[in-house]
Amino acid sequence: MAAYSDPFSALLALQRALESRIASGWLARSPSGMGGYPPINIFQQGDNFVAIIELPGMERNNLHIEAKENTIRIHGNKSQNYPKEVSVHRRERGFGAFDRTITLPIPVDANAIRAEYNDGILALFLPPAESAKPRSIEIS
Amino acid sequence: MDQQEIQTQQKREVESRQESTIAARSFVPLTDIFEDDHALTIVMEMPGIQRDNVDVRVENNILTLEARLDYSKYQGLKPVYTEYNVGNYTRSFELSGKINQDAIRAELTDGVMTLTLPKAESAKPRRIPIS
Repeated sequence: MAAYSDPFSALLALQRALESRIASGWLARSPSGMGGYPPINIFQQGDNFVAIIELPGMERNNLHIEAKENTIRIHGNKSQNYPKEVSVHRRERGFGAFDRTITLPIPVDANAIRAEYNDGILALFLPPAESAKPRSIEIS
Repeated sequence: MDQQEIQTQQKREVESRQESTIAARSFVPLTDIFEDDHALTIVMEMPGIQRDNVDVRVENNILTLEARLDYSKYQGLKPVYTEYNVGNYTRSFELSGKINQDAIRAELTDGVMTLTLPKAESAKPRRIPIS
């Protein structure tokens, strides 16, 4: 994976790679696939899938993740805690409730899913279920 | 309780007069700005940015923020489905002279940068008593 190792072209290469998969058909078969908040990118890392989700400024106890077979539900409430007595000059950030379910094209091992929240990024590590792992077939 | 639903906003690309020498794209962080009697507060969303990669400076009354994405974390990851792009963040604001520029504070938590710009003493509101 030398694709992103050259510091000059690395970021551009990554941006192009992301661009080329924008709303690819990978999740499209499920009705709950696209749209909604938060925005999700999904990557393959060896046998596993990794969902990288942008959720800046969340309180961890307002963020809930549920997994069942091949569906993953992410819901919560992004609230603002600005002081009350202020005059607002500019308001671009969004706040409110969100609830999003994605259905992956492969079953995942729900018990082995790992979630990390750092720097406003939620990363979900999604190992495929035992039944979805490839088996090598011996030739008799 | 605020129970409105939140929407995903498309990232806005930086449109600057000068072109960057690096071909990669930069984005404009979503920003809230509010003011109270003591300070102006600028809150910017920069998911994925770490503290060491942010540069905040004031020059000629222009406050400039530049944040570099550490994309080494994406090494070995092959995208299969994407809804957003990633990149560096940059934005600048013109400050009024009423800001005490030496006392500007910056704090980055969970991808949200909060800049506190205290007002200069002379700019603080004074209540005028009616005699």
